[in-house]
Amino acid sequence: MITLEYYLILAAALFCIGLFGAVAKKNAVAVLMSIELMLNSVNINLVAFNRFLAPSQLVGHVFAIFVIVVAAAEVAVGLAIVISIYRDRFSTEVDNLDWLKW
Amino acid sequence: MNLSLLTLEIVVATLALFIFILGLVAPANQKRGIGYFTVLSLVVSLIIAIILHGESGTAFGTMYVVDPFSSYFKIAFLIAAVLVTMFSISYVNKLGYNQGEFFALTVLALLGMMIMSSAADFITFYLGLEMMTIPFIILTAFRYGDKASSEAGMKYMLLSAMSSAVLLYGLSILYGAAGSTLYSDVINVITGDNIDALTVIGLVFLLAGFGFKISMVPFHMWSPDIYQGAPTPVTAFLAIGSKAAALAAMIRMFMIALPETREVWMTLVIVLCAMTIVLGNFVAIPQTNIKRMLAYSSIAHAGYLLMGLVAFTNLGISAILYYVMIYVFANAGAFACVNEFGNMTGSDEIKDYTGMWKRSPLIASVMLLCLLSLGGIPPLAGFVGKFYLFTAIIDQGYIWLAFLGIGMSMVSVYYYLIVVKVMFLGKPVEETSVPVSLGAKTVMFVSAVASLFLGLYPAPLTDIATKVAQLFFPM
Repeated sequence: MITLEYYLILAAALFCIGLFGAVAKKNAVAVLMSIELMLNSVNINLVAFNRFLAPSQLVGHVFAIFVIVVAAAEVAVGLAIVISIYRDRFSTEVDNLDWLKW
Repeated sequence: MNLSLLTLEIVVATLALFIFILGLVAPANQKRGIGYFTVLSLVVSLIIAIILHGESGTAFGTMYVVDPFSSYFKIAFLIAAVLVTMFSISYVNKLGYNQGEFFALTVLALLGMMIMSSAADFITFYLGLEMMTIPFIILTAFRYGDKASSEAGMKYMLLSAMSSAVLLYGLSILYGAAGSTLYSDVINVITGDNIDALTVIGLVFLLAGFGFKISMVPFHMWSPDIYQGAPTPVTAFLAIGSKAAALAAMIRMFMIALPETREVWMTLVIVLCAMTIVLGNFVAIPQTNIKRMLAYSSIAHAGYLLMGLVAFTNLGISAILYYVMIYVFANAGAFACVNEFGNMTGSDEIKDYTGMWKRSPLIASVMLLCLLSLGGIPPLAGFVGKFYLFTAIIDQGYIWLAFLGIGMSMVSVYYYLIVVKVMFLGKPVEETSVPVSLGAKTVMFVSAVASLFLGLYPAPLTDIATKVAQLFFPM
């Protein structure tokens, strides 16, 4: 029997992997992908809570759909900025973003 | 459902879309007019907001609340938006491209702030937050081929996406603990005697997410870089609007949905508040770029504002409300000066402000008033604001925090006065005067007068703030 705990542990693990990637990866696109992992762990949480706590209501599902939509919008803007950075510097390494003092 | 509650939001949303279209269809030599049109329509929206401020009610099945608190913040956001667009006209015209998009995105960000201040549900709050953040990301990276601007945009995008992921993780866990996303349900389920580990984890993640948005130490690292790299009007709106909106949402969430768990979050908020005040003020001292200096000063101000939440009383909340309003005026004035100087010379370095008194007495004197108001020198408004905040926390017995705040205010006066000293006592490098556009002149005049007037005669605004705060603590 798979209980709520399994899903929560999976989501927590995914979140930590995503956070690690977001901090450790050097390429901006890879950082964006890691952030997607973090957001997907949130979606697992939401859907799992919805399924186990209040299966009759769909609040968690609705929340998850909103998260997916907003994440897509954010990535669209993000990739546009990555392209503009690439035009300026011919690189998308996060480490090279040291023009402003970090 | 009563749609008339949403009048203001509908007006602002229509305005944003209309400006987008206007930007596309207006002939190239007529695009200057878009800025003036935006300012005018925002002034009209501000008048509508003031007329409608007495309304209260809920929409979308209590997901969206219109009450005196949200109306107060909406008026503050609109004032900020009017002031910022007014002095951004000269900046955008000098930029010479995408005028329509610039103003439309500013209005969209304003809409996001309004939704945040009214949200009474996790989903609505999150949507408002992103509706504010995404336009801000685009605005930050607005200058083509400017490495500082696109770098700032990139940093803001990556860090804000990461912070909203953290915030969402907290929200998802609180949803699990409460079984609902509505604030009105959350308060009934999460009560003081059944706080479990899940709730605590959720609260910590939530605070981290909010901490990023209001630039609370240790989540403040983004703000100096982004403030420096972004176009100056955007920096101003980011410093005023984004911070005030996140604070409004934070107050509503913590006061309406999670007041029962305050044993857990209060300790964290007190520690972070003290750290924010100390670090923000001390790191501002060695800054040589005025936008970075104002960024650190805005970090310190986030700490002062949090004091009102620490007090957790009627007085504390009304002090926050008062402080937000004067913070809007003082910062808008200071950034208008920075913008005009940067427009002419292309420099934001403090050392280039030398001899400003001879080059432009208007910029020098408005900057003086606004910086002293931020520093909290009587008789300016900042003094009254800080006085209320410190009174509120001393009432609750946090005397050490009040002393810390007062001491750090003295430190802040030091770095504000460095700028003043350079402006008034230094020798000008060039004798040329600095031209000030009409819009910026108006902004400078309004903010200087407001900073003086609210300092000399604070009673009307404090009365309003006290009334609004009674929403959380009915007497």
